[in-house]
Amino acid sequence: MSEQSIQAQGARKLDLQKLLAPAVLVVMYIFFAIFGKNFFSSYTLKTILESAYYTGLMSFGITFVIITGGIDLSIGTNMMCSAIIGGVAFSMWGLPLWLALCLVPLTGLMFGFLNGLLVAKAKLPPFIATLGMMLVTQGFGAIVSRVQTQRYPTIGTPNEWFKTLFYRSGDFPTGALYLLAAFVVAAFVLNKTRFGRYVYAIGSNEEATRLSGVKVDKFKVMAYAVCGLFCGFGAILYAGTYTTAIPGTGNGLETYAIAAVIIGGTSMAGGSGTMVGTLIGIFIMAVLRAGLSSLGLQAHWQTFFTGVVVIGAVLMDNIRVRAAQKVRV
Amino acid sequence: MSQNAEILVRMTGIEKYFPGVHALNQAQFELRAGEVHALVGENGAGKSTLMKVLTGIYQRDGGEIQVMGKPVEIRDAKEAQDLGISIVHQELNLLKDLTVAENIYIGRESMQGILLDKKAQNKRTQAFLDHLNLNLKATQNVGKLTVAKQQMVEIAKALSHDNTRILILDEPTAPLSDVEIEELFRFVRDLRSRGVGIIYISHRMGELKQISDRITVMRDGLYVDTVDTAQTPMDDIIRMMVGRVIYEQPKTQSRVPPDAPVVLEVKNLRSWEVKDVSFTLRKGEILGLAGLVGAGRTEVCRLIAGADKRDAGEIVVEGVPLNIQTPADAVEAGIGYLSEDRKRFGLCLGLSVANNIVLTKLDEFTYGLAVNDKEVKATAAEYKEKVDIRTPSVDTMVRTLSGGNQQKVVLSKWLVRDCDVLIFDEPTRGIDVGAKSEIYKLMHSLIEEGKSIIMISSDMPELLRMSDRIIVMCEGVKTGELSIEEATQEKIMALAAPQV
Repeated sequence: MSEQSIQAQGARKLDLQKLLAPAVLVVMYIFFAIFGKNFFSSYTLKTILESAYYTGLMSFGITFVIITGGIDLSIGTNMMCSAIIGGVAFSMWGLPLWLALCLVPLTGLMFGFLNGLLVAKAKLPPFIATLGMMLVTQGFGAIVSRVQTQRYPTIGTPNEWFKTLFYRSGDFPTGALYLLAAFVVAAFVLNKTRFGRYVYAIGSNEEATRLSGVKVDKFKVMAYAVCGLFCGFGAILYAGTYTTAIPGTGNGLETYAIAAVIIGGTSMAGGSGTMVGTLIGIFIMAVLRAGLSSLGLQAHWQTFFTGVVVIGAVLMDNIRVRAAQKVRV
Repeated sequence: MSQNAEILVRMTGIEKYFPGVHALNQAQFELRAGEVHALVGENGAGKSTLMKVLTGIYQRDGGEIQVMGKPVEIRDAKEAQDLGISIVHQELNLLKDLTVAENIYIGRESMQGILLDKKAQNKRTQAFLDHLNLNLKATQNVGKLTVAKQQMVEIAKALSHDNTRILILDEPTAPLSDVEIEELFRFVRDLRSRGVGIIYISHRMGELKQISDRITVMRDGLYVDTVDTAQTPMDDIIRMMVGRVIYEQPKTQSRVPPDAPVVLEVKNLRSWEVKDVSFTLRKGEILGLAGLVGAGRTEVCRLIAGADKRDAGEIVVEGVPLNIQTPADAVEAGIGYLSEDRKRFGLCLGLSVANNIVLTKLDEFTYGLAVNDKEVKATAAEYKEKVDIRTPSVDTMVRTLSGGNQQKVVLSKWLVRDCDVLIFDEPTRGIDVGAKSEIYKLMHSLIEEGKSIIMISSDMPELLRMSDRIIVMCEGVKTGELSIEEATQEKIMALAAPQV
């Protein structure tokens, strides 16, 4: 009887599972390329990329939190609030644009850090703490901006370097470089650093990790802070893409970011997930959005299908887990 | 029990295949009315698989099952129940905030129209409990009961299905202390005298003599033999199980010189469950902590390990009083705690063997920002060899390993950390005989390296075999200290039992 052979088989199965999400992405792309109107073009490809910038950064950030077994519902409003603060600093306080931009990730970081303190130190359930923070950030942005829509410079204004730097330079999608850079950093932090290793350990078994002498609280605070920081950088890309940040909005964006993470195979139970998975999840959502509109289906259809894909992804994951358990003797 | 008692279950030629594994190979089993029939074997021998076939969780790939003389197909748990087969799992599945009655009749509540009839249900339950001679109240909250009593509620629940005649007990004594085990055994014997057939799965060899009538041994999915308990020496059973001989001899003399330096001293340790406990641990010593479940042994060790906050007391490591507030402080001071519940407190089941092993010392594998994975894996591989963790690779998920191998991973975690004081809380609970003796061997080699060990165990022969000195606790108080020369099971029991 060979224990090795079942485990080898199990490992092979897992490898196939890993290929599932990329395969879905490719199949979807081909599907829309055949049936969509003008889908197969460099223009659409750019649209897909550009629609992924800020949700992408939020997704990278929240991947850390979800792997610890937590959740952050405030990422959408935190991102918007950060963008608003930058706009306020620039237009209302008269700071130079570069300095105002520095405040944006710092705002995100601060709210993420607060989330971390509430969850790790005050021991609030992540759902409650971040639900509260969602409302706090939404309100805070509106208060500071006196409910004024904040505008960032566009092409043809004195600070047009902002738009070219963070969105598109001529035909070149500069924002994609930041998405890529953020991915590389996020993947490095998750896979290679001690913090990343502890993120998995905490999600897998927090108490066992604590008893191993790991300062679990500290690393949980860090996970939420890192998430907030990514939202802050996402806010810059959001501003680059849309150039306006409207107080009172931002909630609902977290659902797309979280959906991408889940589609990418990260378990809501914590302890497992990958940054590559999240990246693929982001692109599956982006391709879906662009593809559906190329079929002539508008926003409400996109919302509908996004939901279907999320449920489908989790169902598949459940089936996979059950199958894996069946193999055990 | 007579030879010609009614045959309740007869399984013959049972085959079961899993991908890549022949899990059951011509397995057989027979259960008569009014007998306790033990099913033993090392982990992976196929006991659980066989029972899962009997209770409809797995479908057999070959062979025949007869229940009360009739060939049957058992396709799910419901069908097993309909045939009178009930199982009590190792992990208790009770709802702690509900009463005994609510737990027993969950899903089958007494109703009056669409409303619950609590009164009738409590009455019915009380009558049933009395009928079983169980000293339990139907209206009690299950969470307030001792583990032994909870277990009896679980068994009562299994028996409350009117037709239950076949009862499977999977490691029922694992969480129980000796007194509680006696209580459970009285109940089991009573059931036996009522004609219930009981299949009894256990790793504890000593119990089999006390409780079972016959023993069926399995090894590697094969049926080995069925023997009469009374006529078979335990050594023979163990040999059949493992295919080799293991000697269980108590230690006669402490190997620690009386002037060995004190590595750990606790003074007047106090918390909610611990009342003024003081003791010392010498270099190279195995200090046994004896007592009933709930005596506060685990609680004392958790205080030392910083897992819980202490209200008062001092912890002195190598002469230096330390303010241990968190596990990180304890680990820093060289104290490692191996919990009794390795799945809850010891392991990250979803992570690889390597990542579990280095968790206690990850900072030393980190250079600049990055963890050096090569070094992590090399170190894990080294311990895989040293401790003989049977795993295909160090990248394998810990979840897929057997209990004994999981325990070795926990052990490796603390070996990597190079702790001077190791606290083993029930280190051999739920692991098979072969793996047990390997754990013992490892503990001895640790001692030879100059480490010191505190060992909590509810297994008396194990305590007497391993310890150099034994401390006995009862209800949070240290009730005595015995040198290994004077310690006997009787003396320990006398100190461990509550004085009423």
